[in-house]
Amino acid sequence: MSVLVMLEQRGGKWNRASFEALAAGEKVAQALGVPVAAVVLGAGIETLAKEATGYAVEKIITADHPLLADYTADGYTAALDQIIGSVRPEAVIFPHTYQVRDYGPKLATRLGRAFVSDVVDVKIENGEIRLVRQLFQGKLSADIKAANQPEFISVQAGAFRAATASGGDRPIEPFAVALEAEQIRSKPEAPFREAQRSIDLSAADVIVSVGRGIKEKENLPLVEDLARALGAELAASRPICDNGWLPMERQVGSSGQTVAPKIYIAVGISGAIQHLVGMKGSKTIVAINKDETAPIFESADYGIVGDLFEVVPALAEEIRKTKG
Amino acid sequence: MKIIVSVKQVAARDSALRLNSAGRWLDESDLSYEMNEPDAYALEEALQLKEKLGGEVIVLCAGPARVTQTIREALAKGADRAIHVETAEDGVLDPLATGRLLAAAIGPEAPDFVLTGLQSDDLGYGQTGVVVAELLGYSHATIVMEVEPQGKMVRVKRELEDGWFQNVVLPLPVVLTVQSGIKKLRYATLMGIKKAKTKEVKTVAARELGADMASQAEMKRVYLPERSKKTQMLSGDAKQVAHQLVEKLKFEARVL
Repeated sequence: MSVLVMLEQRGGKWNRASFEALAAGEKVAQALGVPVAAVVLGAGIETLAKEATGYAVEKIITADHPLLADYTADGYTAALDQIIGSVRPEAVIFPHTYQVRDYGPKLATRLGRAFVSDVVDVKIENGEIRLVRQLFQGKLSADIKAANQPEFISVQAGAFRAATASGGDRPIEPFAVALEAEQIRSKPEAPFREAQRSIDLSAADVIVSVGRGIKEKENLPLVEDLARALGAELAASRPICDNGWLPMERQVGSSGQTVAPKIYIAVGISGAIQHLVGMKGSKTIVAINKDETAPIFESADYGIVGDLFEVVPALAEEIRKTKG
Repeated sequence: MKIIVSVKQVAARDSALRLNSAGRWLDESDLSYEMNEPDAYALEEALQLKEKLGGEVIVLCAGPARVTQTIREALAKGADRAIHVETAEDGVLDPLATGRLLAAAIGPEAPDFVLTGLQSDDLGYGQTGVVVAELLGYSHATIVMEVEPQGKMVRVKRELEDGWFQNVVLPLPVVLTVQSGIKKLRYATLMGIKKAKTKEVKTVAARELGADMASQAEMKRVYLPERSKKTQMLSGDAKQVAHQLVEKLKFEARVL
């Protein structure tokens, strides 16, 4: 009887989103009236697991095995399947990381459950759990009810305030997983980065960011001029970088950089979740978009529904006027 | 090589979305549809794989009669034949039920590769490929950027978070979920559109496949998102909104 929360680590470092999942797990556990247990997988993770003993959990279950040194979907699924079979939790909560996207659905499928992924909120209605997801890239929301336990849930980055350690010394419970090398079909090579980043957008005070709404590469000077007027860095959403209109290192979002400037001006960006997670920490967000239902307006402090080809030059001119 | 590419038809990107009266899904009466964009990239990858390895590309699509339009588009771009799993007009499946339905259609074909987009633009679960792989006992990789066949194995470049990548070697048969935007999408040629009309489309009713489609995750309510932040909408012509915004940034937000 418990809620299991998966704490993700790579190379002995926590993925920060793990502690947001822990916060979501606490909420689910409270509704169910059961304790939370954390799970950590890897090889040589004792020291790291100790860092988690200060959090408000019943215990930390560790599966320490040489075959879990590198992440593989087969290894992680087999290990968690065994842990779930032994613990019999009511719910299993994950951070919605790229890694979880790779094995979470596999694990839930093995246990005959649907994986409710990328959840942004957990609501309790008449004692029942409702999981809130975004549909159509954030244009709509849906309340989901799982039919059977254990429920499998992953939590979107930034949707929950990360749990903080409250001190204390919760027990670590090693779990002996049975894994054979033949079970693991994939051979992962060492992760790598393409090139050193020469632009650090995370240090920028002001960012002008451009999306699909700009339509053509030939129109980029428009936003470049606004960036110049503001003394801002130029950034972009993924499609712009995929098209090669701006270099990849200027991409903001889950696959690009995470930024938190004082001013973030989103020009022609609809605000897909993958983009929002990279910029929603910005102090003041301005959105300019022709579609009034664009989800970017949900995150914006100031919204302008209009034609960017008119608004952007007018804004550049106005800023030059003020700055003299 | 036998390559299956699983595509979904979704509401067109710029559609005005209206809820149905039950508040459980969209009013679909006047929506227009298109191929789910990530699946269009999976199709492109499938066609390029075939050009490299030979064999055939089979497009698989589940949905009501309207999805034949998307199937024709895939055939016009170069897929060799199609399987249409016909489902009821309305109703939304959870990711496990969708996976079971598609796996039931894929299994008998015994493909070497199954390709699909990394997520759908409507439900956005991002699971179909992984669920299908587990059900069929195939290996899989997600968020794939490059595919390099190596005989009975395949080496793929996966995208990790925060600008990291990883190469992974996997045995066939394999399911790959393809990242969008990596390769340039081809257009259907006039010849392709003509030829598509003569290509085989096998239609099979969902219930004939015998997949368990019982819902494990039911959508109780669909609604417009509640604003978590108070957004001030500025209105007027371009000059007016520009002026208002600069004032707000200076004197209200005090960031300029």
